[in-house]
Amino acid sequence: MKRKAVTLVLVFICFILQGTLIKAISLGGVAPNLLLMLTSVSGFMCGKKDGMFTGFFAGLFTDILYGGGIIGFYILLYVWTGYVNGMFNRLFYPEDVKLPLILITVSNALNGFLTYVFLFLLRTRLDVSYYILRVILPETVYTLILTIILYRPLLFLEQSLQDNVTG
Amino acid sequence: MPRVPVKRQKFVMPGRYILLIITLLCIALMLLSFFTDAVSAPLSYVAGYTIIPVEKGLNSIGIRFSGKVDELKALKTVLKDNEELKKQVQDLTLEKNQLIADRYELQELRDLYNLEDRFREYEKTGARVIGKDPGNWFSVFLIDKGKNDGIEKNMNVIAGDGLVGIVTEVGPDYSTVRSIIDDASNVSSMVLSTSDTVMVTGDLKLLSSGFIRFSQLSNPDSKAAIGDEIVTSNISNKYLPELTVGYISSIETDPNNLTRSGTLTPAVDFAHLNTVMVIKKLKVTDNAGEDDI
Repeated sequence: MKRKAVTLVLVFICFILQGTLIKAISLGGVAPNLLLMLTSVSGFMCGKKDGMFTGFFAGLFTDILYGGGIIGFYILLYVWTGYVNGMFNRLFYPEDVKLPLILITVSNALNGFLTYVFLFLLRTRLDVSYYILRVILPETVYTLILTIILYRPLLFLEQSLQDNVTG
Repeated sequence: MPRVPVKRQKFVMPGRYILLIITLLCIALMLLSFFTDAVSAPLSYVAGYTIIPVEKGLNSIGIRFSGKVDELKALKTVLKDNEELKKQVQDLTLEKNQLIADRYELQELRDLYNLEDRFREYEKTGARVIGKDPGNWFSVFLIDKGKNDGIEKNMNVIAGDGLVGIVTEVGPDYSTVRSIIDDASNVSSMVLSTSDTVMVTGDLKLLSSGFIRFSQLSNPDSKAAIGDEIVTSNISNKYLPELTVGYISSIETDPNNLTRSGTLTPAVDFAHLNTVMVIKKLKVTDNAGEDDI
C-alpha cells in the first residue's frame, strides 16, 4: 500500500516535470521521456503488477490533459510497457546496470515507434527514417542519459520501501 | 475421522489477466471517448483540481526567475534606447497627426461601403502557458483558463496579432490548445493580397526550422509571391476570418502542375510563448464540417 502511494506521488511529480521543467532542458526540440523511464523502472524492479500500476497512471494523466479527447491510447502503451518490463523482474539484480539500460532503451524505442505508427503513419506521414533519426533516436539517447543519473536514487528508494514492507 | 480443514487461499489475479482487462477497457474507452464526451469530461475535472494547481505554481516560479534575468539584461539597453526613443517620439507625433486625419477619411469611406472593420474588436482574455505536451510528437500546450473563465472548445488563440492555435479541450480551470505548428493541425487560410485559398498544415519535419507548410494554392491564376501575408480564410469552419497566420517564405509548383505549395514563417514566435490571448467568440457555421482540425 505504502509503495503504491509512493509510486503514485512519483508519477505525479514526473508528469508535472515532464510538462514544465523537462521541456526547458530539451535539446533541439527533443526532450527525454521521464514517465516512460519511471514505468519501465518500476516494471523490472518491482514486477509486472507494479509496472502496470505505474504505467496506468502515467498514461491516464497524459491522456486526460494531452490526449486530444481520446482516453486510452497512452494508458494502453504505458501499461504494456510496465508489463513487458515486469517480465524481466526475475533477471534483475540491483548491481547489474546493463539490464535496466537495455530495457529502458528498447522500451523507449519501441514506444516511440508505436506512437509513430498509430499517430503519424496512419495519417500518411510515410518518411519512417526521418522520424526514427530525428525524434525516436534522440529521445531514447536522452532518456538513457537521464536514467544513468536517476538509476541509483530510484534503486535506493525502492530498496528502502522493501525494507519497510518486510520489517 | 477428523475432517481436515480446507485452507482458503486468498485469490490473487495473475498479471496477464489484469493486462487483458486493462487492454480491453482501454480499447472500449478509446471508442467511447472518440464518439462522446462522457469519459473525458469527468476526468478533466479530476485533473483540473490536482495537476493544474501544481503546474500553475511551478510555472509562476519559473516566470519569476526568468523575469529577474531579463530585468538585468534590460537595464543595460534601457538607457541607450531612451535616447533613441525620444527622437522617435517626435517623428511619430508628426506621423500620428497625419494618420488620424487619414483614419477619419477611411472610416467615412468604410461607412459608405458598409464594410466591416478588418481588425474588429473581439472580446479577448489573456492566459498563461502552464505546460507543454510530454512527448516529442505534438505541439500541444495547456493554458491556465478554462470553463470558469468562459473558454469553450474551438475558440481561437492568438498572441500579438498572429494566430497561435485552437482550444481542443476545456477543463474547469485549464484548457488544451493545439498550435498551428502541430503536425495534426490544418488551417483553411488565404493569401491576403490575392484572396487565393490555401491549406496551412503543421509539420513535425519542419518544426526545428521554424516553418510550417501550405498547400493547394492554385497555380495558373495565383499571383502570390514570397513575403505575402497569409490569413485565416472566410470559409474556415472553426477559425475566425483574417487572423494573421504568417508570411510566405518559399513557393514551389507541385508535380501535378495544378497547384503550388511551400512554406511560411508563422507570425508568432512559438519557441518563446508564455502568454496568449483567447478570442471569446466562436465562428458559427451552419455545416460544421471536418475540414479544419
